[in-house]
Amino acid sequence: MNEPKLIPMPQTVVTAPKMDAVPSGDAQPAQTRLAAPSVIRQFLNQKSSGRVPDGLFGGLMLICALSIFVIVLLIVFVLVRDSRLSLHAFGFKFFTGTVWDPVSGDFGALPFIYGTVVSSLLAVAMSVPLALLVAIFVLEICPQFLRGPISFLTELLAAIPSVVYGLWGVFVLVPIIRDQVGPVLEKYLGWTGFFAEPNFGVSIFTASVILAIMIFPVISSISRDVMKVVPPSQREAALALGATRWEMIRISVLRNSRIGIVGSVILGLGRALGETMAVTMVIGNHPDMMKNLFAPGYTLASVIANEFTEATGDLYLSALIEIGLALFLVTIVVNAIARLLVWAVTRGNAARAH
Amino acid sequence: MGTLPIRSAGMESALKLRRNAMNHMVTALAVIATAVVLVPLVAILGYLLYKGFSSLNLAFFTKMPVPVGETGGGMANAIIGSGVILALASVLGIPVGIGAGVYLAEYGRGRWLATAIQFTADVLNGVPSIVMGIAAYSLIVARQHHFSGLAGGVALAIMMVPTITRTTEEMLTTVPQMVREAALGLGIPKWRTVVSVSLRTAMPGIITGCMLAFARVAGETAPLLFTALGNQFFNLNLNQPMAALPLQIFTYAVSPYDEWHRLAWGGALVLIVMIMVSVTLVRVVTGRGALKGGQH
Repeated sequence: MNEPKLIPMPQTVVTAPKMDAVPSGDAQPAQTRLAAPSVIRQFLNQKSSGRVPDGLFGGLMLICALSIFVIVLLIVFVLVRDSRLSLHAFGFKFFTGTVWDPVSGDFGALPFIYGTVVSSLLAVAMSVPLALLVAIFVLEICPQFLRGPISFLTELLAAIPSVVYGLWGVFVLVPIIRDQVGPVLEKYLGWTGFFAEPNFGVSIFTASVILAIMIFPVISSISRDVMKVVPPSQREAALALGATRWEMIRISVLRNSRIGIVGSVILGLGRALGETMAVTMVIGNHPDMMKNLFAPGYTLASVIANEFTEATGDLYLSALIEIGLALFLVTIVVNAIARLLVWAVTRGNAARAH
Repeated sequence: MGTLPIRSAGMESALKLRRNAMNHMVTALAVIATAVVLVPLVAILGYLLYKGFSSLNLAFFTKMPVPVGETGGGMANAIIGSGVILALASVLGIPVGIGAGVYLAEYGRGRWLATAIQFTADVLNGVPSIVMGIAAYSLIVARQHHFSGLAGGVALAIMMVPTITRTTEEMLTTVPQMVREAALGLGIPKWRTVVSVSLRTAMPGIITGCMLAFARVAGETAPLLFTALGNQFFNLNLNQPMAALPLQIFTYAVSPYDEWHRLAWGGALVLIVMIMVSVTLVRVVTGRGALKGGQH
């Protein structure tokens, strides 16, 4: 801090404008050559110009950034390469075939697609109303001092690893669904055919409950971020017209942020589609397509988790990798759509939405 | 405007009543929803603490797993294995992630390339972890013809990169532009400005991002299933199958033995305490507002 004081005042004043030219390299070479080089100028000239290390450093950072592209391309490449056996053998029939028989070498992924789609959609259906209500509560209703703790708790919910959810699911949730929730649902909703005996606890329904808990923090926190961007003037306008708090939330907050909320829901869906461990532990792992939600199912991710290490034969392994490829492509598309929607809202033009 | 319907006083008050009732109902629903959501969290944490603490002892941390049928034993190999795999993942993932974040914030700001990279990173973040496992399997395990801790570390490193990139970028953009201009104005080369000024100012936030990424992958099981595979024995060789805490929890949880269930709960508690500590630490660091100091 004391060093600058040692330099005589006039000198710094004289050299100050020239020093501006240093970072931009040779922008004004003529000017520097005309003026007699000052002491500081000479000192700086003796030092390296910094252009070589600058270029190296910038290049290094660019390589790091490009490596993200490389990672994605590499994943696509190896997945396609290693699933080509099954791609050639089954073609599009792979996704419509209902038989999964490793012994006879017949592979169709429809039961897994069914299990994945049903459990994820059910999870989203259970999670979205709760997540939105909690987001509204935290943002608009709850007293200031509760805001921090509640968002902290939801963050914790997001930090619990999948395998721990699975452990809890196996020993706590499965018995509850089997003994308490199951009979009640069968009694009142049994006529729909969605909830029927036999109910062993391990089922598509149990998997969706776990998934709902797991995707709740994603949906809640992102929709909260999106709602936060709605300008206060919108809220004030609604309130000034005599709206109640709910009407204000509906008219100005939800309406302005609906695109972003849809984005957050799709993001949650993407998370649910690819969730592996917790689902594998409670869904029962049986490739069936039953209307009964209490029947065991199987998902794309859990069939990979369960059978990959014991896949004997190249075709079997390649079929599993093709499932991975399908999962990858679907989640990429789902995530891309969701990100675009969320970006559309949070990137500045929230006030323009109507 | 002149066509507003004329309402009687009674209708008016009924409408008001309905609007107020609706308002109160939604408020009540929101409160109930929050309570309902907090229930599973408290249930999970409470049950975990109860089950975990009753199964934790010194042997858990120091002993190897014992064969089925014997009581006792621990998860020393899994704890150490997890540590080694996570260290490898951090060494590989953190520099690349920070580098990419620096490019996005300091070099590429506003360019289409930077936007494309941001978007790719966000999308990569949502790719299921099991797919990363397959990729690492195809890239390393299939080539070497044996499972290895190395492959597990690479899979986790790939998962860390996008998270770290985005937080680094976010933190660097909070560094005021004047600070950079001041450094450049003194004739300091750009790379030096980035390293000693931008990165230094944003350091607490970047460390936060790294720890969040670390906490996220610490509990990942799916990418390790067919890369690190798991190991009942003590192993520090990265070229061999390696035990990891989440893997061990999974294996024990789906097994039919009570003794193994006990160990699974203990492992889950250790895992979650580790993750909670880092997440809470992160919150304390960022909550102090270390970044806002740049403005004065």
